[in-house]
Amino acid sequence: MVELSTKVAVMITFEELEGIIDVVKNLHGYDVSGYTRSSLKRRVTRIMELNKLDLVELKSKLINQPGFITYFLQEITVNVTEMFRDPEFYKAVKTDVFPYLATYPHIKLWSAGCSTGEEVYSLAILLKEAGLYQRAFIYGTDINTKVLEKAKRGIYSLIKVKEYSENFIKTDPKSSLSEYYTAMYNAATINNSLKQNILFTQHSLVSDQAFNEFQMITCRNVLIYFDTNLQEKVLDLFYDSLCHLGFLCLGSKESLVNYKNAGKFKVVNKKHNIYQKIG
Amino acid sequence: MERKILLLGGSAGGFSVILNIIKALERPIQRPIIVIVHRNPKYASSIEDTLSKALLQKVKTADDKETIEDGTIYFAPAGYHLLIEPDYSFSLDISEPVQYSRPSIDVTFESAAEVYKENCAAILFSGANHDGAQGLLMIKKYGGKTYVQDPLDAEVPIMPQSAIDLNAQDKILSIAEIKDYIIQLT
Repeated sequence: MVELSTKVAVMITFEELEGIIDVVKNLHGYDVSGYTRSSLKRRVTRIMELNKLDLVELKSKLINQPGFITYFLQEITVNVTEMFRDPEFYKAVKTDVFPYLATYPHIKLWSAGCSTGEEVYSLAILLKEAGLYQRAFIYGTDINTKVLEKAKRGIYSLIKVKEYSENFIKTDPKSSLSEYYTAMYNAATINNSLKQNILFTQHSLVSDQAFNEFQMITCRNVLIYFDTNLQEKVLDLFYDSLCHLGFLCLGSKESLVNYKNAGKFKVVNKKHNIYQKIG
Repeated sequence: MERKILLLGGSAGGFSVILNIIKALERPIQRPIIVIVHRNPKYASSIEDTLSKALLQKVKTADDKETIEDGTIYFAPAGYHLLIEPDYSFSLDISEPVQYSRPSIDVTFESAAEVYKENCAAILFSGANHDGAQGLLMIKKYGGKTYVQDPLDAEVPIMPQSAIDLNAQDKILSIAEIKDYIIQLT
């Protein structure tokens, strides 16, 4: 109870949050003003708790301590992910998307906001099972370079990977997840054969432009952290980055209903928010 | 007109109490109600649809970036935290569970506290963990009204009791008193 009560001591207001957003933008050039405020407030409060900082100290560190901004930006993004999260979604990708992808000689996929890479490896496994991996290339991008390092290593806790196996089984796989990693002590290392056609690289959905043309883009549980204006901007970026008849896959609570260019997409799977660019 | 809100949070033993109270509403409630209960995402229920048909008011799962409207009962979606933005809209968040829970009652309560200040009322029901107590305290600090189900009345008293331990409540209410309180809001 004592520990719980001290937690409440860290409290910032939305007004104070705007002050922090200004410092980050004006001093460091990073624009986080499109992030949803309540979620951002929780992340900033969490940073203050972890480092035992009050508002003045936080601002002082942001202004004066070299490197703190990097840490701050890493910590304000949410990096919770898992392999084969929403197995039903992956089943839908196999049935609704892969037959189209199979018609291309080269398949380019982009996992935007890939965090520590679990989703990228999940896609890679499905592509392998479908016999499409050799002609596929997956770009995994995130703003956060720290999580990308972890993604590149492809080493995950064995306990978690065992949980992911249960997700994987629900996708009606032909193989077992254990065929794709090597277990050692408490860690599971993704096999190099699965890493061949994957590139993890930094990309900011807020400030960077289209960098390639893709047959499939997945961006799941990222848009929820953006306000409607930034959502619109990012969806424009995805539109520009998709080839004609390319697929866009969003998270289970993210849709195109409020997107101005929704008419340029066909709903392929309403429940799992899978769309195809048609216009 | 000032926007008001009523938040109902509960877990084990609390869900059925909240449902019974909502089902018993004879007239629509003017202010929006947000229900945060711990539900297993693997067994996503269609309770919103069932209630919507049974009641004279709209009952739905809260959507990301949806504007909160009067006369509507919103349920937090399973598997996501439900937050309230300063512009009176929802946003969803899939960050780490809080008190082993996602949706977490604390998260929604805490985010509503500053947005609605003294126009926020919250009731914490029966449950088997400490979720909700901190959030209730935050609502109280921002001038909102805070109530807990009497632990003696509760199927699992841990949740309301942990709020009482923090002195987060304005009042401890029996189920009958909670019903009366909500009905006078219609």
